[in-house]
Amino acid sequence: MNIENIITKLEENNLKGRGGANFPTGLKWKMVKEIKAEKKYIICNASEGEPDVFKDGFILENYPEEVISGIKIALGTIDNSSAYLYISKDYYRKFKKDLEKLIGEHPITLFKKTGGYLAGEETSICEIIEGKKTEPRIRPPFPSQSGLWQCPTLINNVETFYYVAKIAKNEYKKTRFYSINGDAENEGVYELPEDYPISRILKETKNWPDFDFFVQSGGGIAGEILLPNELDQTIRGTGSIIIFNRKKTDLFSLMEKWINFLIEENCDKCIPCREGTYRIAEMIKKKKIDKKILDDLFFVLEETSFCALGKGVASPIRGVITKLLNE
Amino acid sequence: MNKNKKIQIIIDNKKIDCIEGQTILEVAMENKIDIPSLCFHSDLDIKSNCRLCMVEIKGRKGLCASCSTKTEPEMEIITDSPKIKRAREINLELVFAQHPKEDKNYTHGLSYRLLELAKEYNIKTDRFSDRKAKCPIYQFGPSVVFDSSKCIDCRNCVDICEKQGIGFLEIEKKDHFFQVGPSKDEKKDCIYCGQCVVHCPAGALMAIEDFGEVEKAIQDKNKIVVFQFAPSIRTSIGEELGMPYGSIVTEKLIAGIKKLGADKVFDTSVGADFTTMEEAGELIKKIEEGTTPCITSCCPSWVKFVEFYHPELIHNLATTRSPQIILGGLIKTYWAEKENIDPRNIIVVSIMPCVAKKYEIERKELEIDKLKPVDYVLTTRELTYLFIKHKIDLKKIEPQKIDNPLGTHSGAGVIYGASGGVVESALRTAYKKITKKELTKLEFKQVRGMEGIKKATIKINGKSIKIAVVNGIGNAKKILKEIKKDPKLYDAIEVMACDGGCIGGGGQPMPTDSKIRKQRAESLYQIDNEKEIRLAHKNPIIKKVYQDFLNSKEKIHLICHTKYSPKKRETKI
Repeated sequence: MNIENIITKLEENNLKGRGGANFPTGLKWKMVKEIKAEKKYIICNASEGEPDVFKDGFILENYPEEVISGIKIALGTIDNSSAYLYISKDYYRKFKKDLEKLIGEHPITLFKKTGGYLAGEETSICEIIEGKKTEPRIRPPFPSQSGLWQCPTLINNVETFYYVAKIAKNEYKKTRFYSINGDAENEGVYELPEDYPISRILKETKNWPDFDFFVQSGGGIAGEILLPNELDQTIRGTGSIIIFNRKKTDLFSLMEKWINFLIEENCDKCIPCREGTYRIAEMIKKKKIDKKILDDLFFVLEETSFCALGKGVASPIRGVITKLLNE
Repeated sequence: MNKNKKIQIIIDNKKIDCIEGQTILEVAMENKIDIPSLCFHSDLDIKSNCRLCMVEIKGRKGLCASCSTKTEPEMEIITDSPKIKRAREINLELVFAQHPKEDKNYTHGLSYRLLELAKEYNIKTDRFSDRKAKCPIYQFGPSVVFDSSKCIDCRNCVDICEKQGIGFLEIEKKDHFFQVGPSKDEKKDCIYCGQCVVHCPAGALMAIEDFGEVEKAIQDKNKIVVFQFAPSIRTSIGEELGMPYGSIVTEKLIAGIKKLGADKVFDTSVGADFTTMEEAGELIKKIEEGTTPCITSCCPSWVKFVEFYHPELIHNLATTRSPQIILGGLIKTYWAEKENIDPRNIIVVSIMPCVAKKYEIERKELEIDKLKPVDYVLTTRELTYLFIKHKIDLKKIEPQKIDNPLGTHSGAGVIYGASGGVVESALRTAYKKITKKELTKLEFKQVRGMEGIKKATIKINGKSIKIAVVNGIGNAKKILKEIKKDPKLYDAIEVMACDGGCIGGGGQPMPTDSKIRKQRAESLYQIDNEKEIRLAHKNPIIKKVYQDFLNSKEKIHLICHTKYSPKKRETKI
């Protein structure tokens, strides 16, 4: 496999990170490669911690060779590097043996994730591997400048490494993985073109419902709420689509599920996320929404939260309240 | 990035020079541009928790936290806009969603940062119910109280406790929230340094207050109430009363205490001169015996640290009592005899920069004829509160002279308040004791200053005396590591638990930071510099008391020395 010009190839193919943030992969690799340091790290993030998202698990189960191959390409590209495959407890249990066999003598350490949702955030991953509390770090510096043990660190999602291997073999066809579930006819993970709008994905996978529905796309907690007439767009965030039968869905219990998850999973470090989320939960539990207060809480969550978890609290709840409860 | 590269940025349409990489908040503070913040403290790493210091930066989406955003050339920053104001107000309202709406119990000092900000932003403190109303109150010894219902989770206390190398305050998940609380680990205990108190912006960590008892004693006609005040108070209390940092207010302070109703006011610096005499003797003895290092023991937090964490070092601690205890002992013996007063009717009150001193006076082994040498310790903040309560204005008050016979101290006695002062004072006297000659140059500049660890080698009579001066227990632990490898590395080690020594103590005015501590310390050295008598052994009072009263080994031992013992954990949860 020719990995010499892999960064150029990543750039030519315009590969973007599949963890949800869409950062150009080639640029990230270039930054970590070019920065001067005696030691560098590579982390493959297989911690998939958001409920109802399961495409990373699918990839680990079906294409572990490609994933490990992608990590090896990174090891070969970035000097003085060693790698961690940071993996959720569940996937560790299921795929440990296969992965260890593929890793062999290569400097790749399987690291079992501790903690929950936030433990998948990239600066939190660095803290956890270093043996510290599950809390995000102040950015900048970004991990590519100063990550694990203050060394430049390349962090990519499992799916990203999979496609790196594909690109190295000239087999990349600009696809991505989508997990589809909820009130879906054909639940599963599908590899389809990345520029497909959600409507087309649902239709091609024979998942377009014949009932009144809405979807949550881009994550089972932070993903946005879309109505059938809003599906002519590609997915933002991680590759997941959850279908909800409108008649059968209790919107308040849906929101309560999200908010309880967030209260449990956030790190309580910053005021808007710790206190704001708690106050939103209060209102949802009482089924009594004060629009002014909610608007203020969304404002500070989105504008002043420390990390992406807090910034993402508002979107799905706002979606339910403005698109579904208001009618 | 170039270190120390000067750049220009624009804050609120004003061009400002700064060093590239300084945070926006730092630059704003240096230029007196007000940006609110609760969790920022220059003594600590940046956490960026409170999200109040939000600003707008031209070309960047959304708001940025100024405490964690570094300056770049040409950066244009706005610190006030309707959007910024809205964010700050809502976040402040959310802080009060976990803090009592009204704080009736907070008496020491006048206010705390959170209350000041609530006033400044005129927010609705009751917009949200108080989710912490039922959170517990913890007590750490006779020194510190932690009302967790007031805690706003900024975690300054956890960080400073960690920096002190103690890690007693920690974060634990309870009822879905990560919360601050005392460790349950039996191998950890509070050392009562009170640094958590002076770094808390929400009044959740407080000194245990004894001013009410002192007011009662003053009113009791059968009691003779004698005050003493620590060296460092004279250069710190002024700032609580609106004077510049480092203002020297000794004689106004005396007048203020008199006006409160004290029968006599003596100076703890006289006690310090006795400590110097005894400790210089101990140092010389330990050098002669080859049992060095001789480690100072004036700081009760440090002593507790050794007794609890490193009992193997107890035999190295100087047995000399701390200045307030020696002076208290002399007040109830020497002075009581002289004045023909029954010592049981004397109440000694110490004004201290410290909350651990409240713990020190409870030590049974210090009692003289079943009497505590000192009855109450008030912090600088408690005294300030009493001044304000009793409408005593130090700015206007007519200065008064200290009372005698236990009021006139040497310059050496006053530098005790700064890190390095104890060792410097002891060396000035040890030099005389060893060489029988006086020093020509009194200053030992190598042991002065705000650095955490200072090392020096002093030659006396051709013999090198190796010294380490440490402030901050985190730094002390580094020295302990060194002497574990090489026990004879130092002859004398001075340790003060708080940054900068007592001038940075846990009982001192807030805010405190390295610049403020430096100014308080410099003023102490200025007092020393201007004193005619700068050596403890030249102080006529010291000479007289040794001649007339401390003239036997037994008496010296009774008044001036103590013992230590290994300690088990004292905090109960």
